[in-house]
Amino acid sequence: METGLVISIVAMGGLGAFFAVFLTVASQKFKVEEDPMVEKIMEVLPQTNCGACGFAGCHALAEKIAAGQAPVNGCPAGGQDVADTLARIVGVESMKAKRLVAVVLCRGGNAEAKRSVVYKGDRTCAAADLTGGEKDCAYSCLGYGDCVEACNFEAMAMNENGLPVVFFDKCVGCGACARACPRDIIEMHTEDRRLFVYCRNRDKGPQAKKVCKVACIACRLCVKDCEVEGGIEIRDNLATINYELCPQDDKPTRRCPTKCILFGENERVTSASFYASGMQKVSGD
Amino acid sequence: MKILLVFISAAIVNNFVLTYFLGICPFLGVSKRIDTSVNMGLATTFVMSLAAAITWLINHYILIAFNLPFLQNVTYIITIASLVQLVEMFIRKSSPSLYRSLGIFLPLITTNCAILGLTLFAALREYSFIESLSFGIGAGAGFTIALVIMAGIREELEFADVPAPLKGAPMTLLVAGMLALAFMGFAGLLSV
Repeated sequence: METGLVISIVAMGGLGAFFAVFLTVASQKFKVEEDPMVEKIMEVLPQTNCGACGFAGCHALAEKIAAGQAPVNGCPAGGQDVADTLARIVGVESMKAKRLVAVVLCRGGNAEAKRSVVYKGDRTCAAADLTGGEKDCAYSCLGYGDCVEACNFEAMAMNENGLPVVFFDKCVGCGACARACPRDIIEMHTEDRRLFVYCRNRDKGPQAKKVCKVACIACRLCVKDCEVEGGIEIRDNLATINYELCPQDDKPTRRCPTKCILFGENERVTSASFYASGMQKVSGD
Repeated sequence: MKILLVFISAAIVNNFVLTYFLGICPFLGVSKRIDTSVNMGLATTFVMSLAAAITWLINHYILIAFNLPFLQNVTYIITIASLVQLVEMFIRKSSPSLYRSLGIFLPLITTNCAILGLTLFAALREYSFIESLSFGIGAGAGFTIALVIMAGIREELEFADVPAPLKGAPMTLLVAGMLALAFMGFAGLLSV
């Protein structure tokens, strides 16, 4: 028994050592000259390969930054720290990392949105979208939380009203929730934007009002109240903000009859405030 | 004669992917385009042949000689992993574009159950050295054949009118099943 054990260890150890030496020699022979800049950049990047930068993984972004084809603040998931470190490494002035955050553009939850049907299928948004969901509004949030499920950074949760909330402090802007939403209700915006129209309903005013208390009825009051001509437009019976023109203030929100356009709403919820307020949805639907 | 039969058996009659259902991960993952499939198949064939040869040597001169057959699994995995590392280094140096297009599937050849399966089958069936080598090359050839057929079909499917719920993975799996069914026509022809 003992000798068997010793022989096994020697045999395995010998084999391992042989391969180790062989591979070391081979790695020297097949050495690929990688730009040391790329290696230094790779050390700083988060290595999650989330693709939020628009390139195929962290290594691809590292190559582009080293080649000067991508900005040093090109990693939204890395945030300001990564941008600053990369700026030091690459040797240019750091540009302020404009973090992207997810914004859920629907406030028609259980309290506000009318329902006429009961859905008994798979409780996922992707499945419910095939049948139209329970709410009468055909553009509304379906409320089954595919977005929350998609978030890898614990930056989202469902509240009691059946709507997803984004934690402003935790969101890294990877865009997974926006891609998961079958109705494209979630949009990615830079964190300096605070004015949003929280509705996607494109039906005419009276029709929209019938299906949801906080729908946009295209009354045009916000269009008139915006300081800049053309800052807000009505397209397909829905107010749409032109972020290049419309200044970030609360003037367009003052006269909205349904309170669907709001200022500073998306920054209100952080993970701490959410869990402290006890607003979380009780599990079991 | 047996050498040739072993080769044909591994390549067509008892195809590793379509009969034994081994190596399905790269089969589904790399078979989107014919040229990547061919390259993946070649890389895998290379690993398989070398793995078959080297594991035979290890089996005879170390494991059986010192009465350690129970170490087969572990030593074979070590061998295969090292070989894949070698192939990775080689491809990275010689063709960076191929390296990038294979992506994660190149190191995943290590976990390809077809390779471990091949080495264990060869040990189980007590092939000689040449037979093992032939078995390895045949298995690689079979794997490549399956991959290329699949890639050809998938390239055609890109332009076909596939119903929306079936687009992508469901259609691929259905086609794979039909291919396996077709290869069942060879069942029982050779049992080497």
